[in-house]
Amino acid sequence: MAYDKFTILKSSAVPMPIENVDTDQIIPARFLKATERKGFGDNLFRDWRYNGDNTPKQDFVLNNPLYTGKILVGGKNFGSGSSREHAAWAIYDYGFRCVVSSFFADIFKGNALNVGILPVTVSPAFLDKIFTAIEADPKAELVVDLPAQTITIAATGEQESFDINSYKKHNLTNGFDDIDYLQAMKGEIQEFASKSMY
Amino acid sequence: MSKVPATLFDKVWDSHVVRKIEDGPDVFFIDRHFIHEVTSPVAFLGLENRGLKVMFSERTFATADHNTPTINQHLPVQDPLSANQLKALETNSAKYGISHWGLGNPKNGIVHVVGPENGITLPGMTIVCGDSHTSTHGAFGAIAFGIGTSEVEMVLSSQCIMQPKPKKMRINVNGQLGKGITPKDVVLYIISRLTAAGATGYFVEYAGEVFRNMSMEGRMTVCNMSIEMGARGGMIAPDDTTFAYIKGREKAPKGEAWDKALAYWKTLKTDEGATFDVEYTYEAADIEPMITYGTNPGMGMGITQHIPAAQAAGGSKASYEKSLDYMGFHENDSMLGKKVDYVFIGSCTNGRIEDFRAFASIVKGRKKADHITAWIVPGSHIVEQQIREEGILDILTAAGFQLRQPGCSACLAMNDDKIPAGKYAVSTSNRNFEGRQGPGARTMLASPLVAAAAAVTGVVTDPRELIA
Repeated sequence: MAYDKFTILKSSAVPMPIENVDTDQIIPARFLKATERKGFGDNLFRDWRYNGDNTPKQDFVLNNPLYTGKILVGGKNFGSGSSREHAAWAIYDYGFRCVVSSFFADIFKGNALNVGILPVTVSPAFLDKIFTAIEADPKAELVVDLPAQTITIAATGEQESFDINSYKKHNLTNGFDDIDYLQAMKGEIQEFASKSMY
Repeated sequence: MSKVPATLFDKVWDSHVVRKIEDGPDVFFIDRHFIHEVTSPVAFLGLENRGLKVMFSERTFATADHNTPTINQHLPVQDPLSANQLKALETNSAKYGISHWGLGNPKNGIVHVVGPENGITLPGMTIVCGDSHTSTHGAFGAIAFGIGTSEVEMVLSSQCIMQPKPKKMRINVNGQLGKGITPKDVVLYIISRLTAAGATGYFVEYAGEVFRNMSMEGRMTVCNMSIEMGARGGMIAPDDTTFAYIKGREKAPKGEAWDKALAYWKTLKTDEGATFDVEYTYEAADIEPMITYGTNPGMGMGITQHIPAAQAAGGSKASYEKSLDYMGFHENDSMLGKKVDYVFIGSCTNGRIEDFRAFASIVKGRKKADHITAWIVPGSHIVEQQIREEGILDILTAAGFQLRQPGCSACLAMNDDKIPAGKYAVSTSNRNFEGRQGPGARTMLASPLVAAAAAVTGVVTDPRELIA
């Protein structure tokens, strides 16, 4: 699936200082019944965002007009649970391009990268600084610079580096995906498969 | 020249790397790929859009399980969206020549139950599926883990995915399990010690006397929940128990192929002197029947204990309080005696014959508590058949229980098997997340024995009190 190239993102951010945000919260299972990839953003955080009668829960951050932007900032162990890529689709479809946390669950992190969302892992101390900055000013901007591998709180200039392997970085900055890569090495795979005992 | 000692995980992983990318993932070859109706349709759509074919259709197996009804499976599926997904799986499988065990097929069932019981899952394989509980298959000494839909498309089109090699963790549990202590208790205990994120970034090998003495069903239960502590997967070295389980199953090797495979499988163990990035050791004697009290699987405790205070539990106090509020529980509460509304036995964690035998051992000669709604859901038609043949159905019926038809059911509540808001369920499944079993549902994860004890007493009960 094609996605927008990712280079430098400057945006305000939506804070969600909750630990263990699991993929059942990001998109509950009952919304996984589509056979196409569209419209998942409408049900992002469905049960935290809406009451049973579909009215918005006023105290949930996505329903607070003060907080907007293309960056979601979550607590430790973001994206735990199910392998559903729908969670990443919902986040992308809603309009986020980057998720920041001090710790990501593995499968979610891989899925995010595969759909064009940049997961940025920062130290717990820097995560606190981001939450503090947004608390002080809901429009506080973060600058996520993928080529430089840095994230900066614009107002204070506080900055931290983040890790990403050069293969994935190259893919994201160019809008490439793994399928392109694998298709280009089918011969090598065919030969490998011919020696497989299974 | 002596070889460098290797772990079981290294042996299987390294033999499946097609290409290593510098400062990038490994191109990793997949021996077996399972697909189901929920995470595959968009992958097939991706193939269409790119004009790609399925590279090795014989390496992929399809079964319908996630959104299937567990009653009246002979009737058309009522929910049009679920029906549409089931149809898409059938159509896509037919189009690309993939073996498909749909609703009504005698081989149908939960993907992680039918793979092993039909001999598709074998030691030394690499196995993936768009489902995080694919880790189940690690019980056979396979590297098995869940993937996203983009990766499902990769496997279909190239039989490979791109994966950085995880770090290695070994978890030893020594000694003998006490009366009424099941594999589910062992894994809930481990997760409660390591937390829901404690093994993220690692692949686990389970070792020690407890796992050596465990049945294949039990090993599957343990490996199944590896993901609940963040590990991509967990595995157990294959041994005579493994080989005896596999032998004679439909798709298992036969004759000379069996002998050849067996010789290889016997090499699949961690060499003496091989090292792990981290290692934990626990004692079986410290494990009692477990139950969860919160909204992630790390929030578990011995059934006779009290809910820990926030400080003792670790993590942020606000998140902990949010979790207990959702459950309607308080710090220092005893779990014993808490009222239960629903009991669910089934899922890829505890939907195998041994689980129903355990459940029946407690309900035999007793009656279902009046206020309890119980959903008893076999993992597959083959399990359902065993339940009938072994007389377990008669025990269940006499105690006032009904048997449903196979599927994932209330584990993730994609079908109609939803626990109502605010109600309490003792569930043998794998996740107690908010709303996992239905919006507002409150889940307590436990073993089939604890589920049975709750089903007959109506409250959280130590099953050891009901075991003769």
